[in-house]
Amino acid sequence: MRHTISVLVENEFGVLSRVAGLFSGRGFNIDSLSVAPTIEESISRMTIVTRGDDQILEQITKQLNKLVDVIKVIDFIEESAVEREMALIKVTAEDADRAEVLRIVDIFRANVIDVTPKSYTIEATGSPSKIEAILELLRPLGLKELVRTGPVAIGRGAKGWKG
Amino acid sequence: MKLAGARILLECLKLEDVDTVFGYPGGTVINIYDELYSFPEIRHILPRHEQAAVHAADGYARASGKVGVAIATSGPGATNTVTGIATAYMDSIPLVVITGQVPTALIGNDAFQEVDIIGITRPCTKHNFLVKDVRELAGIVKKAFYIARTGRPGPVLIDLPKDVQIAVADFKYPEKIEMRSYRPTIEGHSRQVEKAATMLLGAKKPVIYVGGGVILGNASENLTKLAETLKTPVTTTLMGLGAFPEDDPLSLGLLGMHGTYYANMAVTNCDLLVAIGARFDDRVTGKIPAFAPHAKIIHLDVDPTSIRKNVRVDLPIVGDVHGVLEKLLKILEKRRDEVENFKTAVKPWLDEIDAWKAKHPMTFKESSQVIKPQSVIRKLRELCEPDAIVATDVGQHQMWTAQFFTFTRPRTLLSSGGLGTMGYGLPAAMGAQAAFPKRQVLAICGDGGFQMNLQEMATLVQSKLPVKICILNNQYLGMVRQWQELFFEKRYSQTVLDLPIDFVKLAEAFGATGFTVKKPEDVEETIRKGLATPGPVIMEFKVAREEKVLPMVPSGASLNEMVLAS
Repeated sequence: MRHTISVLVENEFGVLSRVAGLFSGRGFNIDSLSVAPTIEESISRMTIVTRGDDQILEQITKQLNKLVDVIKVIDFIEESAVEREMALIKVTAEDADRAEVLRIVDIFRANVIDVTPKSYTIEATGSPSKIEAILELLRPLGLKELVRTGPVAIGRGAKGWKG
Repeated sequence: MKLAGARILLECLKLEDVDTVFGYPGGTVINIYDELYSFPEIRHILPRHEQAAVHAADGYARASGKVGVAIATSGPGATNTVTGIATAYMDSIPLVVITGQVPTALIGNDAFQEVDIIGITRPCTKHNFLVKDVRELAGIVKKAFYIARTGRPGPVLIDLPKDVQIAVADFKYPEKIEMRSYRPTIEGHSRQVEKAATMLLGAKKPVIYVGGGVILGNASENLTKLAETLKTPVTTTLMGLGAFPEDDPLSLGLLGMHGTYYANMAVTNCDLLVAIGARFDDRVTGKIPAFAPHAKIIHLDVDPTSIRKNVRVDLPIVGDVHGVLEKLLKILEKRRDEVENFKTAVKPWLDEIDAWKAKHPMTFKESSQVIKPQSVIRKLRELCEPDAIVATDVGQHQMWTAQFFTFTRPRTLLSSGGLGTMGYGLPAAMGAQAAFPKRQVLAICGDGGFQMNLQEMATLVQSKLPVKICILNNQYLGMVRQWQELFFEKRYSQTVLDLPIDFVKLAEAFGATGFTVKKPEDVEETIRKGLATPGPVIMEFKVAREEKVLPMVPSGASLNEMVLAS
């Protein structure tokens, strides 16, 4: 099963490789990983998307918690979190296709951020499934390049983890 | 007053009550070594290889319960420590390893003797630090010792660039430590402990399964009280040997691959398994689905990741084993009537175990022609002092020691259980002897493992560490040979150490004393002489070459599928 895990870590030298090394060393999967500082400068937040059965997920969260630089681990269950991902998509756009690309961009409330006579570069934001959907529609037109951030997630409701 | 980084480091060690360090000088640690002159209270021992320095610090830590300290220079000095660090990591031994590093300005430049030891040791340390600013040094050393000894203990490495050793800063050692990201669970959950008492008192066929955590957590006394209160049998892992007196009738000895018949039968047939400070290693469980198939499992451990890692657990308790056992004993005290009923209810189970003990006791066939390695181990036990410390290498001699030595006190067996590091025994014994100059320390080795760190003979003689080394020489890498005999049609590929080494001359070359013995009738006399000889001694026993370690559960089989001694 797919899980999205937020990990609050000390913003220290080498912490990313400690986390990445834990996943590779113990044979856990990483689908995506994103990391950046939080409200508090000394704390970074990682969002990791991983897969595994309950026993593996239990090990992943426990092993993450065991790392000395890890402050908190939150395993989001689907409903309790909002997830967003951004994709930058360079797509071939010539002749009649130019209008079709713009229509798709419009439907998905994406933005064109760079234009050439032969291509558009699109910025799309949304849940991972929305990103999949726009890619699905753009693919027949010719994808030239794709960059995805991987999802970031935040819990629903008023409660917040400052760090 | 402002002090140089090298000086600050040693001031910190002094405040941590470090009385002995094991280290090897080099270009990036010269400053530390120069400052050593000002610290007569810190004894420095100079092993002949950095790996041995770390094993010695490890032996010191296992025997004494204190944090072991080792120092090495950058580059090859640092990489040589890795096996020692990984050994300590697998067995949860508290160490602080200090490595020199090239000056900060050169880091990443492929400078002379530069290596990314932080990157290399990340997966085999509990934590590691690169000190980039001398003002952080004291705080980092404080954290390193704190992390090494608390929670599930482990090795911590501090990488200290040369310019940071030279730079000066005000020295103030922090008194307290508070880390928001590191707060090990110490208190066991009271309701869980209460539930454990209820499960225990409801059991008809209970077994207590004890690992190294009981020794590391100084919980042997409470464990023994628990077993005696409930008259419940105790089996231990290799790391747990000594946590419970093996001469107690409730002791089942070792379990697992080379465990006793009765320990493995008891685990296979029990209805409640209480795991304390143990981690269900594959050498213990054999085939997982057939491990304790009828039992509910209580697992008490300080490390939450150990729980449900390999086996299902019915009742987990995370916490310090000493404190949790204390709580459990208090509860049992209150439920005294139930305890009495329980003791009557488990009587048939104890009889069943006694029958297994009578059917297949831990035994071997004696010989008047050749020296049986097991008989040497039994003789050593008989003739050495009751509080003697024994370090082993890895292989057959290690298992025979575990099976036949009869350990009765915690911290008297030092052995590489998790990593299985050959060459561990001699330097570990050296470290234990440094911790306890007056106690008898034995290194029991095979001829293979001994040769992996035999340079340490020089350290023993130079530092006046009178370790008594017993080499069970079969001129084979015996354990691998045993597997080749059983599973590879006796194709002894590269396991024959055919060169007959004169271990007596070898001992003498280092200025130590050597004895060699070929005949069974001379074993006792040689051990008596060897133990009575002052200074380091090698006793070589030319043993039955193709003797096997039995019982044996083949890799991947279930615990009740043992190959027994005939």
